[in-house]
Amino acid sequence: MAPPAISQRSSSPSQPSGKGEVADVKAQLRLLAGSRAPGADDSKRELFKKVISYMTIGIDVSSVFGEMVMCSATSDIVLKKMCYLYVGNYAKVNPDLALLTINFLQRDCKDADPMIRGLALRSLCSLRVTNLVEYLVGPLGAGLKDNNSYVRMVAAMGVLKLYHISASTCVDADFPAMLKHLLLNDPDTQVVANCLSALQEIWSLEGSSSEEVSREREILLSKSVIYYLLNRIREFSEWAQCLVLELVAKYVPSDSNEIFDVMNLLEDRLQHANGAVVLATIKVFLQLTLSMTDVHQQVYERIKAPLLTLVSSGSPEQSYAVLSHLHLLVMRAPFIFSSDYKHFYCQYNEPSYVKKLKLEMLTAVANESNTYEIVTELCEYAANVDIPIARESIRAVGKIALQQYDVNAIVDRLLQFLEMEKDYVTAEALVLVKDLLRKYPQWSQDCIAVVGNISSNNVQEPKAKAALIWMLGEYSQDMHDAPYILEGLVENWEDEHSAEVRLHLLTAVMKCFFKRPPETQNSLGAALAAGLADFHQDVHDRALFYYRLLQYDISVAERVVNPPKQAVSVFADTQSSEIKDRIFDEFNSLSVVYQKPSYMFTHKEHRGPFEFSDEIGHVSIGTESADTVVPANRVEANDKDLLLSTSEKEETKVPNNNSSAYSAPSYDLTSVSVPTSQLSDLVISNSTVPDAPQSSSFAIDDLLGLGLPAAPAPAPLPPPLKLNPKAVLDPTAFQQKWRQLPISLSQDYSINPQGVAALTTPQSLLKHMQGHSIHCIASGGKSPNFKFFFFAQKAEGSSTFLVECIVNTSSAKAQIKIKADDQSATEPFSSVFQSALSKFGMP
Amino acid sequence: MISQFFVLSQRGDNIVFRDYRGEVAKGSAEIFFRKVKFWKEDGEGEAPPVFNVDGVNYFHVKEAGLFFVATTRVNVSPSLVLELLRRIARVIKDYLGVLSEESLRKNFVLVYELLDQVIDFGFVQTTSTEVLKSYVFNEPIAVAADHLQPLGPAAIFMAKRMPVTTITKSVVANERGGRKREEIFVDIIENLSVTFSSSGYILTSEIDGTIQLKSYLTGNPDIRLALNEEVSIGRDGGSTYDYGSSLGSGPVILDDCNFHESVRLNNFDVDRTLTLGSTDGEFPIMNYRITQEFKPPFRINALVEESGRLKAEVTIKVHAEFPSSIIADKIMVQLPVPPYTTKVSFELEPGTVGNTTDFKEANKRIEWGLKKIVGGSEHTLHAKLTFAQELRGNITKEAGPVSMTFTIPMYNASRLQVKYLHITKKSKSYNPYRWVRYVTQSNSYVARL
Repeated sequence: MAPPAISQRSSSPSQPSGKGEVADVKAQLRLLAGSRAPGADDSKRELFKKVISYMTIGIDVSSVFGEMVMCSATSDIVLKKMCYLYVGNYAKVNPDLALLTINFLQRDCKDADPMIRGLALRSLCSLRVTNLVEYLVGPLGAGLKDNNSYVRMVAAMGVLKLYHISASTCVDADFPAMLKHLLLNDPDTQVVANCLSALQEIWSLEGSSSEEVSREREILLSKSVIYYLLNRIREFSEWAQCLVLELVAKYVPSDSNEIFDVMNLLEDRLQHANGAVVLATIKVFLQLTLSMTDVHQQVYERIKAPLLTLVSSGSPEQSYAVLSHLHLLVMRAPFIFSSDYKHFYCQYNEPSYVKKLKLEMLTAVANESNTYEIVTELCEYAANVDIPIARESIRAVGKIALQQYDVNAIVDRLLQFLEMEKDYVTAEALVLVKDLLRKYPQWSQDCIAVVGNISSNNVQEPKAKAALIWMLGEYSQDMHDAPYILEGLVENWEDEHSAEVRLHLLTAVMKCFFKRPPETQNSLGAALAAGLADFHQDVHDRALFYYRLLQYDISVAERVVNPPKQAVSVFADTQSSEIKDRIFDEFNSLSVVYQKPSYMFTHKEHRGPFEFSDEIGHVSIGTESADTVVPANRVEANDKDLLLSTSEKEETKVPNNNSSAYSAPSYDLTSVSVPTSQLSDLVISNSTVPDAPQSSSFAIDDLLGLGLPAAPAPAPLPPPLKLNPKAVLDPTAFQQKWRQLPISLSQDYSINPQGVAALTTPQSLLKHMQGHSIHCIASGGKSPNFKFFFFAQKAEGSSTFLVECIVNTSSAKAQIKIKADDQSATEPFSSVFQSALSKFGMP
Repeated sequence: MISQFFVLSQRGDNIVFRDYRGEVAKGSAEIFFRKVKFWKEDGEGEAPPVFNVDGVNYFHVKEAGLFFVATTRVNVSPSLVLELLRRIARVIKDYLGVLSEESLRKNFVLVYELLDQVIDFGFVQTTSTEVLKSYVFNEPIAVAADHLQPLGPAAIFMAKRMPVTTITKSVVANERGGRKREEIFVDIIENLSVTFSSSGYILTSEIDGTIQLKSYLTGNPDIRLALNEEVSIGRDGGSTYDYGSSLGSGPVILDDCNFHESVRLNNFDVDRTLTLGSTDGEFPIMNYRITQEFKPPFRINALVEESGRLKAEVTIKVHAEFPSSIIADKIMVQLPVPPYTTKVSFELEPGTVGNTTDFKEANKRIEWGLKKIVGGSEHTLHAKLTFAQELRGNITKEAGPVSMTFTIPMYNASRLQVKYLHITKKSKSYNPYRWVRYVTQSNSYVARL
């Protein structure tokens, strides 16, 4: 309804653009306003329709507000409804005029016909005008108590609308409590569903500020509420069922019997024709069984058939949404789906976004037994008329080859691609052959023979050309023509537009030079000269670097350019496992379709039910803990994105305010109690350095019966490890490091009973660890599961340790993963960490 | 939770626009339309049903040439919103009789009435045609159906499925004379996906079936529907591709199936009957999937051979494997040819009628249309291709595969049957019209070269 739309649309004759018409309607409405003449309602209907249709196409008809309201004094329900629609649209921009409507809406709220009451109440609450909220409270209160379920249904939503206009009015009128009462007592399931929607939204918007709010939220997830809803689930509409199921997925049952009860109760929901119900049910099943590995796997087996049915029976859109979820599951547990690979074959008439998903699934499920068939099928697609899909298919073949199954046969297929002589096929195949050779250098003979026959003139795409040039350089001793092909390429330096190709060309000529100097010398000179004159900075710099390197010492240059190569064992995965887990936690949401966690595409206030869930049950990685430890250092509390917010920056197209909102948490030790910080030295020395203070502290520990590991043998002790008590690391850096570094140690520790007892909130452990110069960057969880991310720095130098620590208090176990800049220091750090942890809960 | 709902015409005009939460700026319809129209992220691919622009998620389904769109900023369940959009389209169709730009423009006030009840503040309230009846006061204004795209019970679900006959009756409109005709339609629609290898073997085959109901019965009588008793559900052993059973007899084995909300399955395990309560409007009562071996209705043989330096010859043979009492309609056979093909000359068998042949220059494809194919018959097309350049490599890698679309009324590949359709009688004279119809269609019917 924005005015700018008009200019765009004025070209269409059916859609008038302008003021003339509106003025016309206004005049006519005025004439009819007081009319009781027979047929007046019909004329009004026509005029109202005209107004609504103008409104729809984006013409501003707010100027007839007064006339519309005047005409709405009618018993004609069709007119009333059109008027409500109009008022709802324009009241916000015309708050003064909106006041005019209050009267008749309030009157209608008391109408004898429940439908009129409901409609009027809905319109009243949809006005979105702040200074009118006082008029809402009365009708809403009455509406919630109305004896007609339709009115109560509308009133429940009305409460939420009021909350958005004025939260305080809503809370002061005690509406949330009334909703809660209805939620648990109303006989009509749609009223219950609306109460649930409204309460979830209100309580998640209220934030975690007050304890009362968090208690209320926990009540929603309490056994009694969950069971009450579950037992009635069949009475709910399919849409409301989704709502209930979404809530149930956050419920934490107390034992496995309860889990099985819930699953048995919901079993038949998997046969629902509505994909949304099925996916919501699956989410419940997956979440409930996360800790029961074998049952979890059975769930995968159980949900396979319903998912496949939804994919093939639904509309193309629905089938895409379901397929995205199937894709996620296949990627998580490919082996479970490996016998279903034929379901992932592409159909010629499917849209390419579906084909892409299927190709990835085919790649994932390939194993020893099905690789041959899958690759055969993929090769069919390589000749597809849909070129992007043909390319994807070839890449898929390559990926399967890199997964190591039946490489033999696949290499042959790839080489056949090269012989197909289609530009894009050749291009993709070249890139793949290159990657393949990096992983399986033993295939070089076969590949080189074929690659050698490809004329570089036929390869235009930069990536493919670069791959070809790389192979020419790398295998120049085996490819007879290599120096001459390279020479030709150097001669055409000026015509080569891609800097990537020119960079590769420089390197390849260098490599070739060391292998076949007499044949390459001229082209090397030419290449270096061209490179030095190149306008591209990187190309120029590389040329200059080579030139100087050659001047300095030829044998050093050779070692730099042609070192002995190691085969690449694993190519880097593009998505970190943290991100994948996060997406899995957000099952049945857009995160799965976009293949990104929600924080990458959604603003914080719009994260929906997941935000809510995270605050309650799951790990909320929040520095709120740090807040309590270091009040001076205010970090935006309660944001779960802290850890991951900057990963994959290129993907974060959505302006993401979180990362910028954080300041690095620089811990100020002055606010930490002094005794503990001093103690840290003692603890560190205790397990490492056998010097004087150490032995004394040891004695104390023993006296206290701390159950420390037996005294370390004094002989082969590592050098003392001192940690920097004022270590600083900003979350972004942490996250980057966490992704880059390999896990250097992964261990399970037991926690002593005192520690378990002390760990009621994550904060308690944070304070404790900080006393040992181990700082927390993120933490979360609820008994019995807690998750922490810690970091520490060596006192000298900036070598950093990163720790992921998952504590389960019911089993009194802690799982530790340590990543370190300096891997050799992992062991000493681990013992420091362990000893610090073991002191937790000690007086 | 959705923020806005709107329907756009093919040209991008707003036909209906409803803002439920005021969280997304008003220009969203234009942003959406531009994005869909110029979707180029992946070459010429079409826009996926869900995408995100500046923090706003856009969902859309295409129906009758219209875009049904929802927007939200919240990370909702995509499957829920897409299903909802389909349902809204279907409910609108139930009320208007036909779904088209014209019918929506004429009845937009009625559509607003519906939308007002279907969604409140972004939350779905109901999509039941039956329940909505009591909230709709506008009479639908009928539009002539004949100059519209045919829209049948199936077409409402899937553009690619063609209807048997078109039902364009509104659930609320009265017939001439103010009386409603009591009738009920049950359609068994099966979509076939078959891939033949170059040597004619079946590589994959699947039947995706739907039992679709469209009811114009007043007073919501209970309906009982019985399937053939030899239907069994679930295949043993994880792999669903073990072709074992012989053709033409034995049980109908469904790999899996699902049911509409209103279906009661109390006796399903015993006698394969489905019971339904509230039944207004059009909806699928059961979807099923079969990978059990079945006899494909058509065999396709295609041969492409080089016949000279710049020439090739194509022969496509289609053999109808169903009884001669059955006639397939609207058959189209397509074959992509090498991109450097410049000319194609066709040759049909002498005496053939109702065939069309065409070389689509733009997308380098030959198209062979047949109005009808009678069961048991065989049809052949010869085509001579002329190329602008010499063939590189193998021609079978440059052309194909052959794909075929068809509709076969009163035929079903799975042998799943509705044995009877029982309607609870309100009175002795109550005897509504009942129609049980079968149709088999191609979903993806492909023969490789």
